Amino acid sequence: MIEPGPVCYRTLAYPNSHHLSTYQAIGGYEVIKDIITNQTPADTIIEAIKASGLVGRGGAAFPSGLKMSFMPKSADTIKYLVCNSDEGEPGTSKDRFILSENPHQLIEGLLIAAYAIGASVVYNYLRGEFDVPYQRMEKALEEAREQGYVGQNIFNSGLTIDIYNVSGAGSYIVGEETAMLESLEGKRAYPRAKPPFPAMSGLYGCPTTINNTETLASLPVIIQQGPSWYKNYHSENSGGTKIFCVSGHVMRPKIMELPLGIPFTELLDKVGGIRDGNRLKAVIPGGSSMKILPAEVMLNIHMDYASLKAAGSAIGTGAVIVLDETCCMVEILTCLMNFYKHESCGQCTPCREGTPWIYRTLIELLNGKSSVAAVESLCRIAGNIEGKTICAFGEAVAWPVTSFLQHFSDEFIYFAEHGHSMVKGRKKS
Amino acid sequence: MSNPILTAAMINKIDHCSSKFPVDQKRSALLMALRVVQDEYGWLSEQAIDAVADHLSLPRIYAYEVVEFYSLYRRKKPGKHVIKVCNSISCYLCASQDLIHLCEKKLGIKLGETTPCGRFTLEETECIAACAGAPAILVNDAVYHEEVTATKLDQILHGLTTNEVPND
Ligand SMILES: Cc1cc2nc3c(=O)[nH]c(=O)nc-3n(C[C@H](O)[C@H](O)[C@H](O)COP(=O)(O)O)c2cc1C
Ligand code: FES
Repeated sequence: MIEPGPVCYRTLAYPNSHHLSTYQAIGGYEVIKDIITNQTPADTIIEAIKASGLVGRGGAAFPSGLKMSFMPKSADTIKYLVCNSDEGEPGTSKDRFILSENPHQLIEGLLIAAYAIGASVVYNYLRGEFDVPYQRMEKALEEAREQGYVGQNIFNSGLTIDIYNVSGAGSYIVGEETAMLESLEGKRAYPRAKPPFPAMSGLYGCPTTINNTETLASLPVIIQQGPSWYKNYHSENSGGTKIFCVSGHVMRPKIMELPLGIPFTELLDKVGGIRDGNRLKAVIPGGSSMKILPAEVMLNIHMDYASLKAAGSAIGTGAVIVLDETCCMVEILTCLMNFYKHESCGQCTPCREGTPWIYRTLIELLNGKSSVAAVESLCRIAGNIEGKTICAFGEAVAWPVTSFLQHFSDEFIYFAEHGHSMVKGRKKS
Repeated sequence: MSNPILTAAMINKIDHCSSKFPVDQKRSALLMALRVVQDEYGWLSEQAIDAVADHLSLPRIYAYEVVEFYSLYRRKKPGKHVIKVCNSISCYLCASQDLIHLCEKKLGIKLGETTPCGRFTLEETECIAACAGAPAILVNDAVYHEEVTATKLDQILHGLTTNEVPND
């Protein structure tokens, strides 16, 4: 189900992967120790991260080094780093295992990032269901504090970097970075209008950087092995490694940390291919918010940022959701929209009203009580949400709708005209 | 006089949560403080919510706002064990609907209901980040069970009735 990997999943190759001694035995905490004892300039670290090609693994793929460089350099206010361990995007199951199986590497990553941006306090926000991961992180932090790696005067340098684990209470939208700041302030997770961006005014109005767990846990290895090792890990400029969580209609669903740029067919082989000897129909390549791609496109794809972008979708969180030929696309889109309708925070009218509207339209379609005109209205409603909301949840709702209708409109029209699915009940081809 | 809702042990835990935030940012501890109390009672009564807000010296409305917003908080007493079946996309593709029906049959209740003996409440959940282990079940908002089959479900339910939670 989960395989050891070269970066975030390094320790998984050993028994007791989450123990301090395991991490120390592979050179754990040496990178941050070197940085602090040699007083490496923060800019040197930020430049290295830029050169590594690392982009945000939380979904938006923003260049991580560049994001760090937005933080003000002045030392007159307290600065924060927030680690986004909310992991809520359907299909995504990767950060959970960094937290529970390699917590010390995440802590070292937090220390490196905090040092680089001048943050003295770090909050690691875990979703409320993550009980084991939370306990493991708490234990690891306690050990790191005892060793003098975290807290005041770390590595006897006079420097203070405090790290705290915080637990959420059930919400998808809290994964949006400014909603997370609201939640950390003890409020409802309503995303904030930007600007101001968090680097200017974030947690408690102070400069703040928010990064995903996988992004931050990658830092110790990137600095240790050097930016070009990472950037050219698979092939020139492919951009490092990524955790792929392959789920759905495959023989052996699996979580694997692999080189960016591997062919999709290779990824599919690693999970034993499509279940029951069925044929591949489509793939949502980066978590439920990303655009779906049909089999013929996916079979020629390399799993990297540029290829998926060129094909009209994105790597997102690395959650590869595989659909075989038995899927009725009307039914699948309804399942997705059920999620978004439930999770819309209700702050922006287009999303609050439009998302349940899309869902109701789909339910009527599934009940055989719809029309071609209603199918055609779906993209219009989605278009009135996309780009018209405070946060990217609007895109997350619209993209599945527009991409399903772009690639599989015949199934939707058929359903409207016949009152039943074009796929269900049909013999296996 | 000691607080009839917040025991000393709970206050200890809440104060530990508060200590993670700046002294003038008590509100930040609200989410975790409410969870501490809910973990103890299984749900949040009006008295419990008020007690948490009062302890943190916050207007009570702050506490009600978040209790209504976040989905893990409960305003009604559930069964002793809450079984949540994930019904988001990856689980859906791996027959989570069938698993829900199986749970309903075995427990003799519908989604959202509690067994008459008060032992089990059955609910749906959105994705819990166990997608490669679909279909997944979350017990008591903390324990994960993955690749749940009919046999495995029997074991989970049996384990809960005999109070030996099987480790997954
Ligand atoms: C609706 C929504 C949900 C999100 N959920 C998550 C999440 O669960 N985890 C995460 O890391 N990022 C999530 N993000 C992305 C964050 O807003 C942010 O881009 C990310 O945490 C930044 O970290 P990165 O640059 O390292 O990727 C979400 C964004 C949106 C719009
Ligand atoms: S879809 Fe069920 S755990 Fe993610």
